[in-house]
Amino acid sequence: MHQALVDLWYGFGVALEPHNLMWSFFGVLVGNLIGVLPGMGALSAISILLPLTYTMHAVPAFLMLAGIFYGSMYGGAIGAILLNMPSHPPHAVTCLDGYPMTRQGRGGTALGITMIASFFAASFGIVVMIFASPLLVKAALSFGPTEIFSIMLLGLIAGGTMARGSPIKGVAMTVVGLLIGVVGTDVNSGTIRFAFGFPELTDRVELVALALGLFGVADFLRSVNRIKFVGTETKVRLRDMRPSKAELKQSFMPMLRGTLIGTLFGAMPGTGPTITTFIAYAFERRISRTPERFGHGALEGVASPEAASHSKTQVDFIPTMSLGIPGDAVMALLLGALMIQGIAPGPQLIREHADLFWGLIASFWIGNVLLVVLNVPLIGVWLKVLQVPYRLMFPCAMFFIAVGVYSTNNSLFEVNEVLVFGIAGAILMALDFPIAPILLGYVLGPLVEENFRRALLLSRGNLGVFFERPISLAFMIVCILLVAGQIFFAVLRALRRSRATRELPLGEAVAR
Amino acid sequence: MRILTSKRGRDYLGGVLMIALGVAAAFQGASYRIGTLSRMGPGFFPVALGVILALAGVAIAITARFERDAVDAKSLPPEWRAWFCICAGIVAFVVLGKYGGLLPATFAIVFVSALGDRENNLLAAAILALGCVVVAVVVFRFALQLQFPLFQWG
Repeated sequence: MHQALVDLWYGFGVALEPHNLMWSFFGVLVGNLIGVLPGMGALSAISILLPLTYTMHAVPAFLMLAGIFYGSMYGGAIGAILLNMPSHPPHAVTCLDGYPMTRQGRGGTALGITMIASFFAASFGIVVMIFASPLLVKAALSFGPTEIFSIMLLGLIAGGTMARGSPIKGVAMTVVGLLIGVVGTDVNSGTIRFAFGFPELTDRVELVALALGLFGVADFLRSVNRIKFVGTETKVRLRDMRPSKAELKQSFMPMLRGTLIGTLFGAMPGTGPTITTFIAYAFERRISRTPERFGHGALEGVASPEAASHSKTQVDFIPTMSLGIPGDAVMALLLGALMIQGIAPGPQLIREHADLFWGLIASFWIGNVLLVVLNVPLIGVWLKVLQVPYRLMFPCAMFFIAVGVYSTNNSLFEVNEVLVFGIAGAILMALDFPIAPILLGYVLGPLVEENFRRALLLSRGNLGVFFERPISLAFMIVCILLVAGQIFFAVLRALRRSRATRELPLGEAVAR
Repeated sequence: MRILTSKRGRDYLGGVLMIALGVAAAFQGASYRIGTLSRMGPGFFPVALGVILALAGVAIAITARFERDAVDAKSLPPEWRAWFCICAGIVAFVVLGKYGGLLPATFAIVFVSALGDRENNLLAAAILALGCVVVAVVVFRFALQLQFPLFQWG
């Protein structure tokens, strides 16, 4: 541990070198700006700037890329909270309570809490890295396909049932998401599934198209001609931009819990920030004394997932760099950038390239400081944007979405996908289905199938393997408890309702 | 649209929709090889998911029975013009993007979808569209080097 502290100090030294700091700042700035544009997230930003890094040294190159990643995550949160447009799947959860907060005129508060949550999580994450790196690597190695499947199942159930409204509808949407994730070429057999003759679909539905269709276009379809402004029409005062003391206090524990969840999941290979944020949200909702506030602007619903997402990102670098297993697509890109620089990921990376590893960790913290410095004045600017009338804003947003989706793969077909999912999302919302679980199901779909298959292959068709291995058993027990709890409460509610009906005067009861 | 205005109606419809989707997925999945538990084929997972979805749909439809058959207190009228314009806008972007380039496509999507809002007149929509075209050139073409021809014929 002492060695880790020494290395961290060295890392700060590396990260604060003017040359490296400059590239870090550049990355954070560009990432933040690109992240706000709907449709462009960390993936697009990193892809565009990756060629820049070919001629740079490894350390500044990686610091810049990490800065982009970090900055675009924050920019994505801005888009999710203020405009209900997540450009990165983890932010889908932030939309659930962040956007209602904006509609109530509390968008500035939501943004402020996000900044604080990310700063808090980053600081905590550094502490974790110092103490836990070797432990986490060891834990990561004991995760086989059985464990990964169980934890994903837990994530899916938690994510599906956390939606406000009927949990069974949430589960249905999760399955729909899983099915959408199946579209494409099966990895194991090469069979093309559910492509209906479209060659573009053999490469899966595009994530950005799905996210923006479901959240952006569907929301436009539901809101056009029905709302005047995003947010309230009252003037935004400076006071609105900063969370009040009471709100800070209210969000402290959720931030802490979110950070813990993010750190826990950070070490597990194969789990990305998406599943982490869903679980953090579900957990907050479950332990809250007033769960009905969620989905209507509950501060905890923003603080916890954002903290989880940021701490997960930070800790995620451990398995990515030490095992070569990326947690999601962006991590995969970063891994690729590493290899282009000639650095092989693996357990020896922490030792051989200590300046890179610890410089990276230090730069996360510095990046957060930079983000706060950048964004506090900018919150006012973003909120001014909200004062634009809806009738002018949504056509522009449509344009950004269309171009953003096109830019991901230079494919106009994917813009069509946006339309399809927009209509589908609007229909589903009209029928009271929650749409966020669709995204979760889509992101996890192929991994769930893959690990399920592998687990059963290894156990030769024995389904009991999920209950025989201890870690997997633990997760499965939690799953069962979750489902049982849901059924229990649903039955309770139905009984209470029918009892109430029976007690009503005859006239009213007949009307039901 | 009467069925959409009561919670019970929406739940029934939702349940039926899920059943339909689930059965369709299971049928399509069955056309790929299913295989056994220890050697799963490409069809296994889709069929399993389809069945689960159909069962969920049944559960949703059943819970509809317990819902009150009351019409919602406030239900909004459908916005056919706006919905048509938003969809047409995206289609216009794709078609014009393929045959005309980024600039006509940008103009089209903003112009057409802006017309969906009752408070926008032709002039406002046109100005907004032109503004977005400028943004398209400056931000996406020059700054971000987007690979999309600005103008092309056919």
